Amino acid sequence: MDDLYREVIIEHYKNPSYRGKLDPHDIAFADNNPLCGDHIEINLRLDENGNVKEALFDGHGCAISQASADLLMESIIGKPLEEVKQLKKDDILEMLGIDLGPVRLKCALLSLKVLKAGVYGLGEASDELVE
Amino acid sequence: MSLDVNKIRKDFPILQRETRDGVRVVYLDSTATSQKPQQVIDAMNNYYQRSNANIHRGVHTLAEEATSMYEGAREKIAKFINAKSSREVIYTRNTTESINLVAYSWARANLKSGDLVILTEMEHHSNLVPWHMLQVEKNIELDFIPVTENGLLDVDSYKSLLDRAPKLVSFTHMSNVLGTINPVQEMIQMAHQVGAIVLIDGAQSVPHLQVDVQKLDADFYAFSAHKMCGPTGIGILYGKSALLESMPPFLGGGDMIKEVKLKSFRANTLPHKFEAGTPAIAEAVGFGAAVDYLSNIGMDNIAAHEHQITEYALERLEEIPGLKLFGPSADKKGGVAAFTLDGIHPHDVAQILDKDGIAVRAGHHCAQPLHEKFGIPATSRASFYMYSTKEEVDLLVNGLYKVKEMFK
Repeated sequence: MDDLYREVIIEHYKNPSYRGKLDPHDIAFADNNPLCGDHIEINLRLDENGNVKEALFDGHGCAISQASADLLMESIIGKPLEEVKQLKKDDILEMLGIDLGPVRLKCALLSLKVLKAGVYGLGEASDELVE
Repeated sequence: MSLDVNKIRKDFPILQRETRDGVRVVYLDSTATSQKPQQVIDAMNNYYQRSNANIHRGVHTLAEEATSMYEGAREKIAKFINAKSSREVIYTRNTTESINLVAYSWARANLKSGDLVILTEMEHHSNLVPWHMLQVEKNIELDFIPVTENGLLDVDSYKSLLDRAPKLVSFTHMSNVLGTINPVQEMIQMAHQVGAIVLIDGAQSVPHLQVDVQKLDADFYAFSAHKMCGPTGIGILYGKSALLESMPPFLGGGDMIKEVKLKSFRANTLPHKFEAGTPAIAEAVGFGAAVDYLSNIGMDNIAAHEHQITEYALERLEEIPGLKLFGPSADKKGGVAAFTLDGIHPHDVAQILDKDGIAVRAGHHCAQPLHEKFGIPATSRASFYMYSTKEEVDLLVNGLYKVKEMFK
């Protein structure tokens, strides 16, 4: 818990590097965390090989949800979509470097859920995507 | 006579626990659910240890004891809210189910396409969604009394809504976010003048204020045990007997019938008509014990204590730079303080406070439209009960300064 608000998380929350929108974009998706109303939207642009060229997120929410979105965007740039599809809960927790209880886990995983729903072209971001 | 908070706190074993070594819990989330005194826990244990049996049918000793404990609790609850008769007091699972019961039974039988139902912008989801669902089914019309910047209902708008001859007016006695205590008696009277039926969501009021359903002249009044020192899983729908008599049953099954043939049934009399299946018996017993507990302390004493704590809390919270409080001043509200801290999400506030054992709630508190109205996704909410102390308010305030420091 003492680590929960590690400097890196506060830093990414207060000064995100990947916040914004891309217009035009190749992939976009948005969803809420119904528990707390956190909102995340992601916009991606792909290069000619189908790798992620640019990635931005937008939205509002707690430090955990926004910092994990920023870290996630950073981590997928240059990666093929197939690799993005493989991302899991543990990858996010590793990026954040913290352990989370079940409630805050939903905050941390919201951006990944939204990202994967967008990449898979799904209508809805379900929890199974990030288990 | 005022209330001895130190003596009261000894009745609540959970208030003595630590959430981690050396950190005593500071429970400021009673609006979500109250803690339970030993007297309630003992009553439920005693029921299971001595008298457990199914009710109403058995003739053996245990069944008789269980039945009289279950029905005895109903009598106590009826007296507590001054119902004319315990026949008017229906056991449900909680406030939500009580409101749904009115929507399914009374409203389905009495509302038709185009009929107007008036709600307010400060309702909990439990007094919105059942009406949304009925709107889909019956094509009824919904309209809402607006909430002012100060967190009060706009009475002028209410008057003009009443000109449109609503069939039902349904609203909360006390807001679970703003804490606003609505002028219920006056509003009910106004609704009755245009012939509307009135349902009151009393989830936050019955635990904290003296409620007299006859004096209020409420047609329906809903509340839950777990917010008033009782167990989860049981609530009440109070209804005027003439209305309840005229309504079709809600759920079908055992105990709600007088007679069953293969192809038909006759419904039981009140209150059993609305209580299908084996109910929450131990919970009813616990509910009765909770009502005894509150009555012994005295609702006026509880309200006065909470008022003191709330006044103090609002004063201390206002000192904190960047903190914005929602809702009216202490004289118009119950023991609830919802707030935002500039630049810090309520979830983070709650999580950091938890480190010091301080339990507050963060989110939209099942009142998403209200938060939208104020243009915020969420608030942090501290709430108080008869066991809350000024020292706990001080701990909250210190904790909030720590939160600010962390996000500096």
